[in-house]
Amino acid sequence: MANCRCDIEKKVAKLIKQIGSDPALAIPLLQAVQNEFRFIPKKAIEYIAAHTDMTETQLYGAATFYSQFRLEPVGEVIIKVCHGTACHVGGAPGLTEALETRLGIKDGETTADGKYTLSSVACVGCCSLAPVVMVDEAAHAKLDRKSAAALIDNLEKKPRAKARSAKNE
Amino acid sequence: MSSVSPFKIAVGMSSCNIAAGSQNVYNRLHAAAAAGTVDAELSIMGCLGFCHAEPQIRVTDAAGKQFLYMAVNPAKLNKIIADHLRNGTPVAQWIADDSRPDFVQLTGKQHRIILGNCGKINPESLNAYLVAGGYQALEKVLKTMSPADVCETVIASGLRGRGGAGFPTGLKWKFALKELNEKKYVICNADEGDPGAFMDRTTLESDPFAVLEGITIQAFATGANEGYIYCRAEYPLAIRRLKMAIADAGARGYLGKNILSTDFSFELHIQEGAGAFVCGEETALMASIEGQRGMPRLRPPFPAQSGLFGKPTTINNVETLAGVPWIIRNGAEAYSAIGTEKSKGTKVFALAGKIKRSGLIEVPMGISLAEIIEEIGGGTGTKRPVKAVQMGGPSGGCIPAELFASTHIDYDELMRTGAIMGSGGMIVLDDTTCMVDVARYFLDFTQHESCGKCTFCRIGTKRMLEILTRICDGDGRPEDIAELEELSVKVKDTSLCGLGQTAPNPVQTTLRYFRHEYEEHIHDKKCRAGKCKNLCGFEITDQCTGCTVCAKQCPVNAIAGAPKKQHVINQELCIHCGVCRDVCNFEAVKVI
Repeated sequence: MANCRCDIEKKVAKLIKQIGSDPALAIPLLQAVQNEFRFIPKKAIEYIAAHTDMTETQLYGAATFYSQFRLEPVGEVIIKVCHGTACHVGGAPGLTEALETRLGIKDGETTADGKYTLSSVACVGCCSLAPVVMVDEAAHAKLDRKSAAALIDNLEKKPRAKARSAKNE
Repeated sequence: MSSVSPFKIAVGMSSCNIAAGSQNVYNRLHAAAAAGTVDAELSIMGCLGFCHAEPQIRVTDAAGKQFLYMAVNPAKLNKIIADHLRNGTPVAQWIADDSRPDFVQLTGKQHRIILGNCGKINPESLNAYLVAGGYQALEKVLKTMSPADVCETVIASGLRGRGGAGFPTGLKWKFALKELNEKKYVICNADEGDPGAFMDRTTLESDPFAVLEGITIQAFATGANEGYIYCRAEYPLAIRRLKMAIADAGARGYLGKNILSTDFSFELHIQEGAGAFVCGEETALMASIEGQRGMPRLRPPFPAQSGLFGKPTTINNVETLAGVPWIIRNGAEAYSAIGTEKSKGTKVFALAGKIKRSGLIEVPMGISLAEIIEEIGGGTGTKRPVKAVQMGGPSGGCIPAELFASTHIDYDELMRTGAIMGSGGMIVLDDTTCMVDVARYFLDFTQHESCGKCTFCRIGTKRMLEILTRICDGDGRPEDIAELEELSVKVKDTSLCGLGQTAPNPVQTTLRYFRHEYEEHIHDKKCRAGKCKNLCGFEITDQCTGCTVCAKQCPVNAIAGAPKKQHVINQELCIHCGVCRDVCNFEAVKVI
């Protein structure tokens, strides 16, 4: 998944042209970069700072403040356990524990094979279906420890290419 | 086959419907229609708010009669297709209407103004919005009213900000209108950061044009010509529908230059949030649009004087704006006739947690909590009693069940209980919820989301969280309660913005109404709710029927027992997760 420098620069240049280079547009631009690369490469920030009125300070400041932004690559599939109030009351901590056990990683980490990243999110707004786990953009509802772990089993059955195309939608 | 389909079918396509499987329902109906098995015109609808029974479809027959089917799973869909769509016989036992007492209980006391179109029209169709009366209010405003007229109408209606602060909307607009500045902005705050709240998500997904009409009227009333809808990125469907709506409205003259052939022009952008709860605070939100870290700043100056990019700006919540077209169409008096003396109109709540009929409801101000939770929501739906309701998210508080009948939805009355109206999150809790854990959960959230600017918010919430975590872990000390109370006061008094000012609320209200739970945790090392693992255990009583469900669900295989014989928990292996109690249908698991 390594991107060479020129590859990153070409893509970022295109995004700057699409979004704009006014400093007020820092966040939409960072969002577009993350959409493209699935995280924000250091080289992308350097390029933006060199070619717009935005500074590295402003960009790093925003990238480290907002929880949406990732400065490290993530797995092919992102598993998000909702820890909103209804989900918390509905057993979300247990789901995170079950998924940590099943994946062999801690919350926030990526599996060694680069396939899965496990994270906790604040609230996805499907509270009537608590507790909820998002696998990329698909919401899975009313889970318990066993069915949460089973989500991974089901994903493992899918061929790797399929998982990638689901991610690209 | 006739040229007019005998049936029109609308499938609920909101995030909750989709998570419950409605895409599958839609695909199957689409395939059936394409294959000629079913003669129907297929479309989509938003969310009716009956989120406990999704997916939903509405079938309209050739005579115009409507049939609402709830909780449509694949087996049910097959029967609906076979009986109703192919043979013309509706499946009566699955139709939700006023002949069903539970449906009447759910809907009878609701009053849908803001959610009027949600679940009734296709959210992706401007035509459907127009047919439902859409943009009549904007037309009335642009052609017959002045900006001052609009402000006075909204003031007279008594509309107060629905984001939680409850500031009179019309007054806010009037302040901005008075500012002499060529450039002004309007912002719709669609950040909806409160965990457990999904009122705005539903409105944006189900009736986006109402929000556009509302913000356009806000712009006219304040003298602005440019605006932003700041929507959290965790709502991709809402963002998609908003973008479509803006494009369609622009193409048909309801947005952009010379709206409705008048000389009023209004340009609207969407900015996606980037995952910061604090950006729901208006000055942090504006900083975010300006490309900065979302750190609040001191007010005055207030945004109406100096806001986005230093220009006069008014910021309103989605729910506030979605109600404006109704007020303009029906008049201020019609709106102020609903509600109480100081809290007019209706409020949308997201009812969730330990509640039978969870979903979105809209009720007149003045209704009691008992009517909402016991009647509309149907109680817990299990044999467990309701313990409390949590309102207002991380800024809010818990109200115990004993006060439900005597507590009414009213900004001031709710504040007297220690809770707040909030944005609308309403989480019902039962006796398996530990109130100390609830306080800890909210402090964990606000600690994480604190921007860090103010010392007491940054460090004070951390200390409070540490104390609450120790108490839940079994390490509570006698001086902890006093320290929590002292820190609560100091964090409130010295914080710059609403996040810090309200972060102690969950602690203060749980101490006010559930102090005994804190004391039990600290002195008796006991968690009566069975939540704090180090302070409880579980035991199976002789009410056990030997159904084996708990043994199968136990994550560490700590339960042994033969079928139809009383089961036993091996206390050495037990991790106190409580799953056995959650799945037991015979109340045979007790907390020890």
